[in-house]
Amino acid sequence: MNTIVNFLFAAIKAGTPLLFGTTGEIITEKAGNLNLGVEGLMYMGAFVGFLVGFYTESLLLSLLAAFGAGVLGSLIYAFLTVTLKANQNVTGLTLTIFGTGFANFFGEMLIAATKGGAPKLSAKFSAKLAEIQIPLLSDIPYLGRALFSHNILVYLAIIIAILSWAYIKFTRAGLYLRATGENPAAADASGLNVTLIKYVNILLGGGICGIGGAYISLLNGNGVWNNGCVNGQGWIAVALVIFASWSPAKAILGSLVFGAFTIFQVRAGDFAAEFPALSFLSSIPNAIYVMLPFLVTAVVLIITSITRKREGAQPASCGVNYYREER
Amino acid sequence: MDTVTNVSARGEIAIELRGITKAFGSVIANNNIDLIIRRGEILALLGENGSGKTTLMNMLSGIYHPDSGRIYVNGNEVFIRSPQDATRLGIGMIHQHFKLVDVLTAADNIILGAGKGFLLRRNRFEEARKVAERYGMYIDPEKKIYEMSVSEKQTVEILKVLYRGANILILDEPTAVLTPQETQRLFEILRRMRDDGCAIVIITHKLNEVLEISDRVTILRRGESVATVKTSETNAAKLTEYMVGRPVTLKIERPDTKPTERLLNVYHLTVEDEDGVTRLDDVSFSLRGGEILGVAGVAGSGQKELCETIAGLHPIKKGAILYKKENIEGKTPREIIKLGISMSFIPEDRLGMGLAASLDIADNMMLKSYRDPKSPFTPRKAAEEMAKEVIKKLDIVTSGINQPVRMLSGGNVQKVLLGREIHVNPSVLITAYPVRGLDIGSSYVIYDALNEQKKRGVGVLYIGEDLDVMLELCDRIMVLCHGKVTGILNARTATKEQIGLLMAGATTNERYGEEVVPNE
Ligand SMILES: Nc1ncnc2c1ncn2[C@@H]1O[C@H](COP(=O)(O)OP(=O)(O)O)[C@@H](O)[C@H]1O
Ligand SMILES: [Mg+2]
Repeated sequence: MNTIVNFLFAAIKAGTPLLFGTTGEIITEKAGNLNLGVEGLMYMGAFVGFLVGFYTESLLLSLLAAFGAGVLGSLIYAFLTVTLKANQNVTGLTLTIFGTGFANFFGEMLIAATKGGAPKLSAKFSAKLAEIQIPLLSDIPYLGRALFSHNILVYLAIIIAILSWAYIKFTRAGLYLRATGENPAAADASGLNVTLIKYVNILLGGGICGIGGAYISLLNGNGVWNNGCVNGQGWIAVALVIFASWSPAKAILGSLVFGAFTIFQVRAGDFAAEFPALSFLSSIPNAIYVMLPFLVTAVVLIITSITRKREGAQPASCGVNYYREER
Repeated sequence: MDTVTNVSARGEIAIELRGITKAFGSVIANNNIDLIIRRGEILALLGENGSGKTTLMNMLSGIYHPDSGRIYVNGNEVFIRSPQDATRLGIGMIHQHFKLVDVLTAADNIILGAGKGFLLRRNRFEEARKVAERYGMYIDPEKKIYEMSVSEKQTVEILKVLYRGANILILDEPTAVLTPQETQRLFEILRRMRDDGCAIVIITHKLNEVLEISDRVTILRRGESVATVKTSETNAAKLTEYMVGRPVTLKIERPDTKPTERLLNVYHLTVEDEDGVTRLDDVSFSLRGGEILGVAGVAGSGQKELCETIAGLHPIKKGAILYKKENIEGKTPREIIKLGISMSFIPEDRLGMGLAASLDIADNMMLKSYRDPKSPFTPRKAAEEMAKEVIKKLDIVTSGINQPVRMLSGGNVQKVLLGREIHVNPSVLITAYPVRGLDIGSSYVIYDALNEQKKRGVGVLYIGEDLDVMLELCDRIMVLCHGKVTGILNARTATKEQIGLLMAGATTNERYGEEVVPNE
């Protein structure tokens, strides 16, 4: 039983950066922009968040800085695609390359500037990210450990996802966001400021992705900076958007599932040890586990395109830039 | 929102346009146009496809900006930079292609950009229903747009504009997609709004509607305003002349030719659709060179299947189709095209079939005729020549052969499609609904093109909707009902009533022109 609880606990932790990235990308795509730069935005957030945390020892400043890095990164993207109408796919890919390079370049400088070559967050700072036992709830057998004794950022991710879901579904601004992503010409003719709506939501989405990056650099490397820390998680977040059928609420569940996949490779041995019937798990090549999230995404994509429900589909104008005078 | 009722006196000028010019690339869509729109009046904006009607009105709705010229609203010069500006000035436009968000409800579309408050409240549905009631319309405010019929969508568009307090209403070809009954209902609403003091502009190319609903008519031709007349002082013939630029006898020519050999022989043809429903039932007829054989019938009587089967796109259940002496069953569409059988089918959305919307005219020419893979490179030069010829022959309004087809206005798209089919010199030409949605001038260009083919000895199978036109254009008319041939009549002597009865299922033994000619 402990193996399962530990597994669940670890899956939630592993899913958290994905949840940030996915929520950010959902908001962006709802505005009609496919931003393939999530990986880059997460790298920027990871480095800037780490740097500020490293020097100021303030968690709040670190998170704000990571958010700001994501905003700045997506500002480049928004300016190119919304204002200059550049191709969204190309711009997003470029942003990924840029963000990765940014983190590598400055990360290398940070490493060079640090004695011993391994910049590490102070113990004081890391204590702020310790696991919190939520009173009462964490005492529930099994579930308490799995669900209610996480670090603060895990809860932040879930709160942001729920708020985003409510924003999209129940607020007027969310209605405008949906209209813009579905049919910008209709939104425009209705008197909405399509450009403004796109900018605001792309930047907001980018900022959330940035926090996701910070989660990785602040927590996943035992507080030590690592140039390649994001390592494809941004891409999984992009796939997870499809899995979550563009709903931040479903993304919470989706990130758990995907988080489970990403750690399965590490935990397969534990399972095999505890349940002899599952001993085959440890003999499956690692590559299969790495592939699983993408395989599942492909299956989800197929299923959603067969059932063809209009509401759970990609916003109709996602990926297409809007020119008012074009027919 | 109550501005509708307290607008100023009738007859007062709501909008005045002076010297408006707008060009797209080298196409001058509007050239120095003056226009006056009055309150308490319905103004019809009449013109052929591509004459610049939509473009002109889009400058009032803030979608386009004039290159030069001035706009006055209520006597003050204004600059309409965006749809928001237009809304603020009380201008609302119902676009030809609806601008609605499919996945949202009717109510959400109506309040989009106009409601207030941070949260969406449930009472928005009630509010939408009330707006509808106030204008004597009905909608289900919680219904999603993609579940609606065209006429329901149009109602939502109108309500959306009224909700914003528009008192200057522009409707772009609102009746194109409506049934006659729905059209009458729309006209009722428009009349009521006019009597309330709104200024209404209705864009159309249908003469009978202009005469029925409007108080004044402004006619555009090739981007210029050629006349403004009182509806009560004009008639269909005069309006047509303004529109086309020359006197048009509203009579279709029917050159007398001598039909030649039987090019296409259809024997006892029976076909089924995917669900196993019989779509054509024992259909027999022949098509000769040098004649136009019309096919009449209510929609869905088997016209589509007939075209598709001859073109090799639909399997034959029973019977045979012979081209001259050759059985075409089992041949691929490409082999059938090579035999000399060409088909142009104009679906309801003209771009749906036969053309690639973002390719230019020349490339679209190439899609059909240059498929022989002698060289891996496409013979662009030849296609360009061909495009130029087609543009000239069918009088296509375009900025040139490099313009993507989707930029063309609807009628011109249709001309490209037909022009391509004709250009490959077919010996059998199948054309379905070639004038669907076209204005008079363009329709006549198409009739002329078909007659020219007939004179060249081509056998033309004309699948049409308008019986008046078919009676004037065709040599013979075959009537289909539920996939069966109920009669083949001499178009020179048949009457509309006769055909109407056959369409409804009455049968006759008459098979005019099918009897075996000696020594054939
Ligand atoms: N957005 C656009 N881009 C390029 N050309 C256009 C555009 N809109 C209209 N045109 C061209 O301007 C002319 C007038 O078009 P339009 O105003 O749609 O005519 P109408 O509404 O009278 O049928 C046409 O030749 C059309 O091809
Ligand atoms: Mg038009």
